[in-house]
Amino acid sequence: MGVIKVENVTMQFGGVTAVNNLNIEVEKGRIEALIGPNGAGKTTAFNVITGVYAPTKGNVLYKDENITGLTPDKITKKGIARTFQNIRLFKNLTVLDNILIANHLRIKSNFMSSTFRMPWSKREEKQMREKSEMLLDKLGLLTLKNEIAHSLPYGEQRKLEIARALATDANVLLLDEPAAGMNPSETMELSSFIYNIRDEFNLTIFMIEHHMDLVMEISEKIYVLDFGQLIAQGTADEIKNNQRVIEAYLGVDEDA
Amino acid sequence: MIINKKNKLILNILLFLAFATIIILLDTNKIGDPYIKRVLNLSAIYAIVSVSMNLVNGFTGLFSLGQAGFMAIGAYTVAIFTVPLADRAKIFYITPQNPILAQIELPFVIALILGGLLAALVAILIGMPVLRLKSDYLAIATLGFSEIIRIVFTNTKSITNGALGIKSIPQMPTMWVFFGVALLAIFIIWLLINSSYGRAFKAIREDEVAAEAMGINLFKHKVMSFSIGAFFAGIGGGLLATLLATVNPNQFYFTFTYNFLLIIVLGGMGSLSGTIIASFVVTVGLELLRFFDSPLTLFGVNIPLFRPGLRMVIFSLLLMVLVLFFRNGLLGQKELSWKVICDWFNRKKRKKPAEGGRA
Amino acid sequence: MTSQLFMQQLANGISLGSLYALLAIGYTMVYGILRLINFAHGDIFMMAAYFMTFSIVTFKLPWYIAIIVVIIATVALGVLLEKVAYRPLRDAPRMSIMISAIGASFLFSNLATYLFTGVPRGFPDIKVLTTTVKVGSISLSVATLITPFITLVLLYLVLFITNKTKIGMAMRAVSRDFETAKLMGININRVISTTFIIGSALAAIGAILWGSRYPSIMPLMGVMPGLKCFIAAVLGGIGNTTGAVIGGFILGMSEIMLITFLPSLTGYRDAIAFIILIVVLLVKPTGLLGEKVTDKV
Repeated sequence: MGVIKVENVTMQFGGVTAVNNLNIEVEKGRIEALIGPNGAGKTTAFNVITGVYAPTKGNVLYKDENITGLTPDKITKKGIARTFQNIRLFKNLTVLDNILIANHLRIKSNFMSSTFRMPWSKREEKQMREKSEMLLDKLGLLTLKNEIAHSLPYGEQRKLEIARALATDANVLLLDEPAAGMNPSETMELSSFIYNIRDEFNLTIFMIEHHMDLVMEISEKIYVLDFGQLIAQGTADEIKNNQRVIEAYLGVDEDA
Repeated sequence: MIINKKNKLILNILLFLAFATIIILLDTNKIGDPYIKRVLNLSAIYAIVSVSMNLVNGFTGLFSLGQAGFMAIGAYTVAIFTVPLADRAKIFYITPQNPILAQIELPFVIALILGGLLAALVAILIGMPVLRLKSDYLAIATLGFSEIIRIVFTNTKSITNGALGIKSIPQMPTMWVFFGVALLAIFIIWLLINSSYGRAFKAIREDEVAAEAMGINLFKHKVMSFSIGAFFAGIGGGLLATLLATVNPNQFYFTFTYNFLLIIVLGGMGSLSGTIIASFVVTVGLELLRFFDSPLTLFGVNIPLFRPGLRMVIFSLLLMVLVLFFRNGLLGQKELSWKVICDWFNRKKRKKPAEGGRA
Repeated sequence: MTSQLFMQQLANGISLGSLYALLAIGYTMVYGILRLINFAHGDIFMMAAYFMTFSIVTFKLPWYIAIIVVIIATVALGVLLEKVAYRPLRDAPRMSIMISAIGASFLFSNLATYLFTGVPRGFPDIKVLTTTVKVGSISLSVATLITPFITLVLLYLVLFITNKTKIGMAMRAVSRDFETAKLMGININRVISTTFIIGSALAAIGAILWGSRYPSIMPLMGVMPGLKCFIAAVLGGIGNTTGAVIGGFILGMSEIMLITFLPSLTGYRDAIAFIILIVVLLVKPTGLLGEKVTDKV
């Protein structure tokens, strides 16, 4: 069953078409990837799914519910969370605060009872903290909980951003270039990390990635975008041997 | 000394006792004089308003400049409802007071809270359109609002007595009114900032896009912070009315807000303790700077620069220098706590012998 | 109401609107490039009015030389403002640069109060501008009559610079994407200085025309027009020069029409701009001619 369906989505900015008639169906419980050369419209596609942009045409469905045009916070509440290409942590806050903030969307206390520390709000706050610490523990970040986010090493910041997305109780995780800026050994570590969280939290993962080794190793299905068009989709092997994909990446030799 | 829970409690109690002793001594006229008391009361009011402004600007990252306007609402509410009925006709001698209002007299506390609520209501009305999409225009909208509220208060003579203002507002017999409300207001804002909602405010300040992606409803939280900020500014305005015993539209000129802007920049955008310290420093400092405004003669020579207006030039230069060179102010986003003070002392102690050794 | 009075007020509205337009261009250009509300722009305008007074009253310059001197001095002040108050904070949080802008605005008006006192001064009577001429059945001052034309010529000039020159192309690039433009080797400082030069020059011309119509100048005279003209820029679509001019016209016209048709509400004249701001934000936040600006994610 497709948990996220992108149906005939077109996104135009002024006269520029960033994404043209895109169709994607991400299967539940799988790791799938969106690849393509720079400027192909991958992040735009992500932004449409997560509600940053409302598409010019077409629909986005989550568990068969139409979520087109909802604001990002509403989409996150439904269960789709994301990370960003250029890490966007709450830089001056602690690791724990970053996770706690991602818990806020499910809060039941209103601001009055929360401010005046009513017993039920205190209980809720305590549960939030326990849940957040448990999450940090599972991802191996618990020892860093009181560190300021921007003081973490790069790789840990990436991890924290994923942890923060998980803390929203997401079912689907959209990762925008999770391995950007990582060296090969860090990238390998990331691939097992992604596998692990998928199994641990029953996630569906959809990611944009440039590290082909990583993509080919962990993706069960790959979509290839070029100039806003979907030019291929399939398993790693199918994509590797697809003529149009090779051309898109290597460029067509004009003289040939 | 090591800071543990017990020591912290003892220190807090000692601090409060010292604070209470000073207030009692001042209240019973054992120390100080009316002028000092007035400046201190004013500082307490400025602390409330500045902390409320810091909630919006420093903790939520919204650039609001409406403090003067919200204070005006609070001040006028207290003025209109607490002046004894018998004095009303004397005050509204040109345009009679609105017949309904002329019959209502409220206890101070009720009027004070009502003023805060009205300010919050107006903030919601401004916030609804302005905070929906881009909060960039909030500064312009709030500055404009401060001006409009002044125009409205000048023109609605049967309610506000127009440009003449309202005099004979009952005054409070004790400093506890100002310092008690200040303590309470700051404590509530401290609780709010350290709640889940406060964390959401900080997330918005840090990165709006990421905050929204984490499921935080930007509009709702911005309006919340902005209107709570306005509520406490309204309370501050109400206290100012009773301290001065008089209100008129010109007290609330939009440049009044710049006092609080200077305070939060000096104290640190995002630091409550810094704001409280800066409130007293700036309020007292502004009083001391008054001598710049009067002609100065030293050894029979007239120093030419000292004349009316110099004080405000220094004031605005100070704001510029702070934001250009000391952007973090006193405390940045940190808070002063017993632990911080203790660490600071311990470091000094450790440093001293080393220096002595070298000498 | 007689049609004559209406025509008179119509001319006044167009003229006031053109003055607003001149200031609004400065706001819209700076916002387009730096995403900064240049709160001090209105005070630059105020300083220009004082410069004009001193050039003519104190230094007894002929008006045509005074105009040139005033434009140069105002431009220098605008460029200095950017260098001292904004440039050091370019990488700082946006809140800091906004505070710096407020601080600069406050400093200008306080300096003016200190140096020139808060007492209103008369603006020099420039006969060429204040002479009354009869157009049909209505009589207008030359300043009122020529302001719209001057504004249109200056708008054309600004559009020419931004669309047809190399520096203009750089300005448009920076306003579209600051970071990329920087990476492409565009001299950001030059672009920003040029923006402030254009904005300040227009503010200076605006101040001279303003003074000839409302010949009383004081330290806080720039605050209200400043706020209003920023709103005019928002109404026209922030970042769009033509939009700023249209916004200025609409604002000036609405004010004069309010006074003409609802004289009892004259006291609320200054409130119109803010009502317009609220309506624009509710109905069309991008303004009349603005494009949707999306933050990069």
